[in-house]
Amino acid sequence: MSRLKTLVRNQHGVQPLRGGHSLCQGCGIPMVVRTVLSTIETPVIVVNATGCLEVATTRYPTTAWTVPWLHVAFENSAAVASGVESAQRALRRRNGLTSGQDVTVVVFAGDGGTYDIGLQALSGALERGHRFLFVCYDNEAYMNTGVQRSSATPFGAGTTTTPVGLDSFGKAQRRKDMTAIAVGHHVPYVAQAASNHWDDLSRKVERAVAANGPAFLNVLTDCPLGWGHEPRLAPQVLDAAVDSLYWPLYDVVDGAYRLTYRPQKIADVEEWLRPQKRFAHLLRPENAGLVDEIRSRIERDWNALLERCNDEGG
Amino acid sequence: MTHAARELLTGGEAVAHAMRQIDPDVVPIYPITPQTPIIQGYAQFVADGRAHGELVNVESEHSAMSAAVGAALAGARTMTATSSQGMALMAEIVYIAASMRAPIVVAVGNRALSGPINIHCDHSDSMLIRDSGVVQLFAENAQEAYDLTVLAPRLAEHPAVLLPVLVCQDGFTITHSAEPVELLPDAAVAEFVGEYRIPHAMLDVEHPTSQGPFAMPDYYFEFRRDQAAALVRVLDVLPELADELAASCGRRYSAVEEYALDGAERAIVALGSSAGTIKDVVDELRADGERVGLLKITSFRPFPAAAVAAALASVAEVHVLDRADSPGGAPPLFAELAAALYGSTTALHSHVYGLGGRELHPADIRDVFAGTASDYVGLRGAPCHA
Repeated sequence: MSRLKTLVRNQHGVQPLRGGHSLCQGCGIPMVVRTVLSTIETPVIVVNATGCLEVATTRYPTTAWTVPWLHVAFENSAAVASGVESAQRALRRRNGLTSGQDVTVVVFAGDGGTYDIGLQALSGALERGHRFLFVCYDNEAYMNTGVQRSSATPFGAGTTTTPVGLDSFGKAQRRKDMTAIAVGHHVPYVAQAASNHWDDLSRKVERAVAANGPAFLNVLTDCPLGWGHEPRLAPQVLDAAVDSLYWPLYDVVDGAYRLTYRPQKIADVEEWLRPQKRFAHLLRPENAGLVDEIRSRIERDWNALLERCNDEGG
Repeated sequence: MTHAARELLTGGEAVAHAMRQIDPDVVPIYPITPQTPIIQGYAQFVADGRAHGELVNVESEHSAMSAAVGAALAGARTMTATSSQGMALMAEIVYIAASMRAPIVVAVGNRALSGPINIHCDHSDSMLIRDSGVVQLFAENAQEAYDLTVLAPRLAEHPAVLLPVLVCQDGFTITHSAEPVELLPDAAVAEFVGEYRIPHAMLDVEHPTSQGPFAMPDYYFEFRRDQAAALVRVLDVLPELADELAASCGRRYSAVEEYALDGAERAIVALGSSAGTIKDVVDELRADGERVGLLKITSFRPFPAAAVAAALASVAEVHVLDRADSPGGAPPLFAELAAALYGSTTALHSHVYGLGGRELHPADIRDVFAGTASDYVGLRGAPCHA
């Protein structure tokens, strides 16, 4: 409850992202944005990659943003943030701005703008050590352009470019482990979170902002359109993602792994798959083998994660 | 007029000095031949404490221009540099930088575009972004590259302009060739460029703005028209800034330079370092009594069509030398001349030369004036696939 109060207080009575935008009913993106921005105590500058969030919140001459907001292109949001952060550093040195005037630079990008086309710029910015927070709202496909597969799309999911058909069961490849790639950059803070676990996400944002260097948050969030579930079921679907161990919640502080949430009762993967039309074909009897494959991969990944957490004393 | 030191410098070194003296806040850098001496020289000045910019060693030119847009709009004076493939890679963001009215100064070492891959000069890289909405100034030599770089921040940041300014110098011919260059005193440059000020800096968090929004058919067209008008205003702003700079350095720049055009019957129009060679040939031919001249274009964007038409009004025969081709269409400089002289009786001839660093010799220029040069000046033999 105290965290909720903090979030409300930090909004200063004004939502950083107001209503009136045109994001879909049941879309998890505004929850991610509001949880992240309402956790941060300092002024912020938001850098936004091209995507649903950008398109739905800034149709000229309107804007849903009450904080400084900057969009340049799809693949370069981390590079743009590098420039903003460097400008702040340069002006602080030149004009003697004090740390009390710190501005937190926050990037919001979808999985396309993070895992795929934005990966190079993100990797460069993480390696250079800019002090910024990169938040990927990961809804596992290119939703803004109409549900095309990305490297975050899970194995077996049907999308418009990996359609299900007589000769296709949807995406044939596993999803990329973007969180691990971020960890490989030796940055001070990396975390995996989900929009339904807003309290866990908010704590991670706090740690990310306190970190002395780049921080990367990979936040799973739903897309009723692309996932094919009823908007009102968004929380349950995301709960199933976390409770089935498909999307574990953890963070990595200076390389040390720590589980931040352990489900009391582990859900079967079918609870994650069943409410979503993109997986409907997997539940046909002839595809039982594919579900087994997904189940066993989740188990392997979970055990590997636990091992990393234990190795680090987490 | 302040007295200044003359030093033996390459164009790259001279521009690095200009950057040291301008002392920008943020400088995203990425190496590419033949621009690299500029960023290396500048990085050494920072390492030695003689310049104070925040160097951002980005992982590509695309990110260099992206970081530059972020920094410039945040409220920091920003410069970067590029050539050839780097220009091609950043082209997407060059367009956006212009549309977001980010007054970034870019030092360009002109180099041919691949393929085949080549590191030497032509202007195909600059022509690739001809329609991006940025200011494109071409230098004839290291001195001009230096002077125009000093001028560039004022032009970029002028409230009537607010656009990126690209100062182009020919790769190797200027970037790597040492010549005497007169540097202004550091204090004179600092005073000339002044403080960086833009409306609506992102770091002014008390006055939040949304920048780079989504504009649909109901607004996009107006944005583009406003931006085009700002670029044209450079032609009004340039003379006053050129006067101010001339008061410091004694050299006055304008959008075009007329060389021996008085009474000229034939003239060449060209950009960049070739203008120097052409001037020598013009001097020789004039000594022989031939009525020839040169019109050098310093500002290719905006294109000073009225000044060009006025300068060539009484010239009967004009030869346009393009150091870039437009396969299947008119070469870029020739196309501008054809539009500027539309309706006049001047005979216009197009010549493409110097692609991929092919030399332009005085003999070639004499052929051009004599009317015996082909469409492709200096082309050697038949193409190998013919």
